[in-house]
Amino acid sequence: MSLSTADVQKVARLARLAMNDTEIEAARTQLSGIFELIAEMQAVDTAGIAPMSHAQDLSQRLREDRVTEDNQRELFQHIAPQVEDGLYLVPQVIE
Amino acid sequence: MTWEIVIGLEVHTQLSTRTKIFSGASTTYGAEPNTQADAVSIALPGVLPVLNKGAVERAVKFGLAVGAHIAPRSVFARKNYFYPDLPKGYQISQFDLPVVGMGSLAIQVEPLSGNAKPYEKVVRITRAHLEEDAGKSVHGASQGMTGVDLNRAGTPLLEIVSEPDMCSAAEAVAYAKTLHNLVRWIGISDGNMQEGSFRCDVNVSVRRPGEELGTRREIKNLNSFKYMQQAIDYEVQWQIDTLENGGKIHQATILFNPDTGETRAMRSKEDAHDYRYFPDPDLLPLDITPEMLAAMRTELPELPEARRTRYVNELGLSAYDAASLTSSREMADYFDTCVTSVGNAKLCANWLIGELSAQLNRDGLDMAQCPVSPQQMSGMLVRIADNTISNAGAKEVFRTLWAEGGDADLIIDSKGLKQVSDSGAIEALVDEIITANADKVAEYRSGKDKLFGFFVGLAMKASKGKANPAQLNEVLLKKLAG
Amino acid sequence: MFNSSLSQLGAALRAKKISSVELTQSYLDRIATHNPVYNAYLTVDNKASLAQAAIADQLLATGSAQALTGIPIAQKDIFCAKGWRTTCGSKMLADFIAPYDAHVIEQFNRAGAVNLGKTNMDEFAMGSSNETSYFGPVRNPWNQNAVPGGSSGGAASAVAARLCAAATGTDTGGSIRQPAALCGITGIKPTYGTVSRYGMIAFASSLDQAGPMARSAEDCALMLNVMTGFDERDSTSLQREKEDYSRDLNKPLAGLRIGLPKEFFAEGLSADVGARVQEAIAEYRKLGAVIVGISLPNTRLAVPVYYVLAPAEASSNLSRFDGVRYGYRAPEYTDLADMYEKSRSQGFGEEVKRRIMIGTYVLSHGYYDAYYLQAQKIRRLIAQDFTDAFKQCDVIMGPTSPSTAFNLGEKGDDPVQMYLSDIYTIAVNLAGLPGMSIPCGFGTNEMPVGLQIIGNYFDEARMLNVAHQYQLATDWHSRAPKGF
Repeated sequence: MSLSTADVQKVARLARLAMNDTEIEAARTQLSGIFELIAEMQAVDTAGIAPMSHAQDLSQRLREDRVTEDNQRELFQHIAPQVEDGLYLVPQVIE
Repeated sequence: MTWEIVIGLEVHTQLSTRTKIFSGASTTYGAEPNTQADAVSIALPGVLPVLNKGAVERAVKFGLAVGAHIAPRSVFARKNYFYPDLPKGYQISQFDLPVVGMGSLAIQVEPLSGNAKPYEKVVRITRAHLEEDAGKSVHGASQGMTGVDLNRAGTPLLEIVSEPDMCSAAEAVAYAKTLHNLVRWIGISDGNMQEGSFRCDVNVSVRRPGEELGTRREIKNLNSFKYMQQAIDYEVQWQIDTLENGGKIHQATILFNPDTGETRAMRSKEDAHDYRYFPDPDLLPLDITPEMLAAMRTELPELPEARRTRYVNELGLSAYDAASLTSSREMADYFDTCVTSVGNAKLCANWLIGELSAQLNRDGLDMAQCPVSPQQMSGMLVRIADNTISNAGAKEVFRTLWAEGGDADLIIDSKGLKQVSDSGAIEALVDEIITANADKVAEYRSGKDKLFGFFVGLAMKASKGKANPAQLNEVLLKKLAG
Repeated sequence: MFNSSLSQLGAALRAKKISSVELTQSYLDRIATHNPVYNAYLTVDNKASLAQAAIADQLLATGSAQALTGIPIAQKDIFCAKGWRTTCGSKMLADFIAPYDAHVIEQFNRAGAVNLGKTNMDEFAMGSSNETSYFGPVRNPWNQNAVPGGSSGGAASAVAARLCAAATGTDTGGSIRQPAALCGITGIKPTYGTVSRYGMIAFASSLDQAGPMARSAEDCALMLNVMTGFDERDSTSLQREKEDYSRDLNKPLAGLRIGLPKEFFAEGLSADVGARVQEAIAEYRKLGAVIVGISLPNTRLAVPVYYVLAPAEASSNLSRFDGVRYGYRAPEYTDLADMYEKSRSQGFGEEVKRRIMIGTYVLSHGYYDAYYLQAQKIRRLIAQDFTDAFKQCDVIMGPTSPSTAFNLGEKGDDPVQMYLSDIYTIAVNLAGLPGMSIPCGFGTNEMPVGLQIIGNYFDEARMLNVAHQYQLATDWHSRAPKGF
């Protein structure tokens, strides 16, 4: 299967990856090859088979509603690219 | 030619758990920025979600309260998109398998205009699902920058989705109010709208009768019933105008500006949303055990609708009174306490809906903050019921209870508010008035009925307001008749 | 000393023949000598390691030592270790000092083990050659021009070169077993859910599983005893009784039924690897095992299924790296969208971006059913193949990798060829089963060959027994590369 340049551009945008035209084209060729490999599974008849999301068929364990975490802002923001007055800073968001 | 309005609501209600839906960080409102943003809330590499039992229990309670199907197994999915207040780059939500399925809610609609009568309507609830809240963006935190506070990130939300069953702003508001009452009533949310604990997205479309559904626009994040009504009214008119002028409606997410009373489309994202939902591999399917279901059923209080019906059928109250008294759990419980000790339901209802509610309104308080306890209130209502005090005297007692507290009987004594019910005393009083106002009596007897009030006023004044009004009326009528 | 087993080292420490500080220092010296060539470690912190060793010595002195107390262990740089730089092999986290410990790290700390350093790996564990590491490739101690395998390439190289007593790895599609095979060491990926994933930087959450890499099955058993255990912070962590993985090491193998899937010996398998595996099977016959021919009919589908599911999960798991709260942020950008795109494009390497693109595509609107859902359904078929097979046999054996270690740069430009080399290991992750690799000889290029042993769910103790009995009968596992 062959992907179009527009497909690749759309995916790059969704994934928030900046790519120039050369990179888009390289990605297109490589992804097309990979999707040829993946295409093998299309032919398999999976009617009536339940999708498998987890290795074990178990159910979610529930946590008691108890506070276990304390304020570690200083430790956590020590490794942040840009903070001010306890806030993480990002370029202006416009709604 | 007329237009039909079609409205559906998506309500995000914050669940009143102590901790976040997937971590043990506190959810207390108003903390310093990011002091409640633990490792999971800021999505450090390697951290994992573990589901809060309290959030699940609250969702189940809600499902039971709206008579919904509770899914024995539901699934958490990731909704993928990038936004600074969404630390993982995805929101954990429920997609094709929500915990609460189809249910319904009966609403009492009071038309907002005209002289149409109140009516009841049943709104279907499509589903309700658990998800995590996002953080908050603080605009203008620094020059040209936006600040991100992740304290709220991970707060449990129940998103309640209705069918597009409402066809006016009045119905939408009635539904939202009823839902708001319900989530507080069953104790799953504090419903605090200022703090964003109850946020409504309203989907609005219009169509010609009999035609297919029109294209809808979604008004986001309304956190006041007043704004909801204004926003819907504006939006409906805008859509109708647009269509009548030959325009087309495009699906859009819009914001309501309370200052201008207008709606506007949000700056559209460059690419259409593609959330790439898929089951979250970090979380296993959520199984609701029969034990939890039974426990939640037991914990569920008598619901507003049941109580309203009981008030009408067993206590003989009007539909209007019953609806008013069940407008909040606190009010209804207050009323029940009063009725138990006073007995006279209509009297209790009148006072709670009238004087008490008015006073709460004047002071900007809600029922939970009422300075007069139901026991104090009952002490006074009992004295009205047994004719110890008149209505005027009762108002005096109530004012004192409100301002200073205390006990109704002591206030009645100290202020001398006991009304005169001694028929001899009242007759003597009336005789005196008749003698002193012979000319007016003559006028009355010659057909000037209106003068009756004049005599009542005189008699009341003479008794310093303490005469039992019913008795006084009776004696006056008799004596004036001659 | 560098060839001693973990139990020998433990005994020497407890007998005060050597202190943990001395042992740790001698490993650190050895790392200082060899690491510039092999690049197996990304971070070594002498001070931190020696401080831990000093604490261990106190425990040893007071007689409160456990099996691994005082023993220097190399940690894959995918595990967050408080105060340690934790890079996951990526520029994105090149300066990331982890503010907390992964469960695995906590378990080793509780056991009194010494963190000897953080090992190199393919970026975000995506790769089979360790060539995708932002910090440069790792070299194979058996041949400096060859790759060590991946993604736990640094760990495998460090164990083979005796630069640690044992190491941790993680395995999403073979990342413990394949480098173990290519470097001639022993590694085991336990049943999914046995080792907590808390603090282990996620690649594909439903497949990721940590496990030990060491020089013998016996050592792996001691490592597993420390690494496993229920952790309430990981919803997929299994609540099971703590077990002693060494308990069955010495059981005889008479009557053991070994299943040989015909699909593992078909086209694509190098002749020399096939021959060594058959020789190992012959050795097992001598030990009393019975060979059963079995079939895993959906084996060929494992690669496409994996390359849908793992990138899908990864594309979402890696969205948190956005330059806002930690990690790399591009130095220049025009607005928020540009900040995201530049930070991610500059912070991630080619292979990571490729997989994010694949994953984003297969999850996107209109393709979900055809790719993601179809892959999940076939995943069940693949797991069912194993369930059926284990009705006929106790363990399954075959090659770990279709060939021995290839040379650096040899498969660089062809991701498909690289992906196909995971064919024997991937299905085990999809099913969530335990799998291990043990050395079983050398190929025509004198590079090690790995024998893969696949067990039923929770059968790690039996697999270790099966491996240990082989290692008692042969000496492939104790061969060291020249110069080590």
